[in-house]
Amino acid sequence: MNPPLLQINDLTVTFVSRSGLGLEAVRGLDFTLQDGELHGVVGESGSGKSVAMMAVMGLLPSSARVTGSVRLRGEELIGRSQRYMRRIRGARIGYVFQDPMTALNPLLTVGAQVAEAITIHNRSLSGSEARERALALLRLVAIPSPEHRLDQYPHEFSGGMRQRAGIAIAMANEPELLIADEPTTALDVTIQAQIMDLLRRLREEKGIGLVLVSHDLGIVAGAASKLSIMYAGKVVERGNVDDVFASPRHPYTRGLLASLPKLNQRVERLTAIPGAPPAIHDRPLGCDFHPRCAYAAERCRVDAPALRPVDATEAACHFAEEIARKLPQDVTGATV
Amino acid sequence: MLTWVVIGLSIPLWAPYDPTMLAGPRLQPPGSEHWLGTDALGRDVFTRTLYGVRHSLPIAAAVIFGAIVIGCTLGAIAGFVGGIADEFVMRSVDVTQSFPPILLAMAVTASLGPGLGNAAIAMVIVWWPIYARLMRAQVLGLREREHVEAAVASGAGPGRVLGKHILPLTWSPIIVNSTMDFGQVILLAASLSFIGLGAVPPTPEWGQMISDGALHFYRWWIAAGPGLAILSIVLGFNFLGDGLRDILDPRSK
Repeated sequence: MNPPLLQINDLTVTFVSRSGLGLEAVRGLDFTLQDGELHGVVGESGSGKSVAMMAVMGLLPSSARVTGSVRLRGEELIGRSQRYMRRIRGARIGYVFQDPMTALNPLLTVGAQVAEAITIHNRSLSGSEARERALALLRLVAIPSPEHRLDQYPHEFSGGMRQRAGIAIAMANEPELLIADEPTTALDVTIQAQIMDLLRRLREEKGIGLVLVSHDLGIVAGAASKLSIMYAGKVVERGNVDDVFASPRHPYTRGLLASLPKLNQRVERLTAIPGAPPAIHDRPLGCDFHPRCAYAAERCRVDAPALRPVDATEAACHFAEEIARKLPQDVTGATV
Repeated sequence: MLTWVVIGLSIPLWAPYDPTMLAGPRLQPPGSEHWLGTDALGRDVFTRTLYGVRHSLPIAAAVIFGAIVIGCTLGAIAGFVGGIADEFVMRSVDVTQSFPPILLAMAVTASLGPGLGNAAIAMVIVWWPIYARLMRAQVLGLREREHVEAAVASGAGPGRVLGKHILPLTWSPIIVNSTMDFGQVILLAASLSFIGLGAVPPTPEWGQMISDGALHFYRWWIAAGPGLAILSIVLGFNFLGDGLRDILDPRSK
């Protein structure tokens, strides 16, 4: 069997501060992505999800120390030279940015930017051929009247259209893998749905693998097949979306699900997880989540739980089994 | 501003007198014959003042151009490459800027010998750090912009990122600054000529003329013409710069 499309093993990113202090932004991330699969990476701001994806692309500043292994179809990407990574970026891995307002160059037409993304990796292409391909790409991402749109500047595009253009750029060289870092966060809810539809269609039609980074459980639930929940740089729960949502094994996942507004209940106040995630330089001993956890016991204060299989999913909690059993309310009602 | 450029281009066609030839009696006060009088040698001050722009403007343009080319190149390298290159360029900038501009320009011109060309070289040496700083700040700011990161993420190399996604966005402050600097450079050039390090007589250069005027202090008209000319041209460039900034930078409105 072919090696999996993307295999991340024990990926750790440490930022070394001026005082020589190592700050671990990502601590031992691993997951595997097969062709055509969509893996959601969910977490709060600062949980390390974006940093992990930047590490996959080799886009972190030199002050970051990256260890572990990232294999794209069996080919190791960590520790490669910039020159090597340039041939991967945009050609085999496409990257969709969070904010379509700023991810496009304001001085170049959209067509020129899409064409540029193509010609970077295909220098033999003539201007008119590149333009032809750019046109096809705009059509692929369902931008209406693409012939006309090609010669417009980013400021003439709406937010949703810009994100479509951003996806067109990411898709320019028919990559095997698309990483979308909060692709819908800067957009209206209706546009979010359209963009997610587009990503789903691309995945189905082109068979590409997709890593979707988001803080929005609803978005991930609707699109992903598997997900990893990150907290303080670590994966706390991982599994199929349906399994995780049906019975979350980690108290953090439970908290996240409980904090979603539910359509079938009238609530005065949304449930929130008390407290805030620990700062990167001030993480607690033991389980990272214990200061905010309603189930925390003595053991959680000293002993950091490892990710381990619990029923159908994996969770990093000493009491995963008990928590899975304590499931009074219908958490499934929370999915969107 | 435009008036000065037009005068500079067309003056030989209609000037009443030759700027370097004797046109009448010496030290004549202003009158109908000589609008701004004549200088110690009997040359027409009005004509010489108008001719002066033919020296000041090209010198200023050359200096600004040289400073932009050198300063922006080094500044862009400093900002984009960072590290040792950045340190080297910025410390050179600090050293250059720690001298009072007029002193540095004097020292360089004095060592090269007087003359407008050497004065121009000296002024480029004085002026490039301004553009290096400006450019470095621009590049540093733009380097963090998401569209630059996006270009890197789609596999663009450093040359393409700098040339296509950073530099084209840096020009408007450079242009505004250079227009404002035009006036300053004209002033500095006149100062150098005034102390005898710029234009060599009998060139009708404003600083040179004011210097002549200083020798005949009570014949006020000799220095008045070039003095007013400098005032008007510096003012003109400052207004032009302000106007350009308003046009190019929507935030200042």
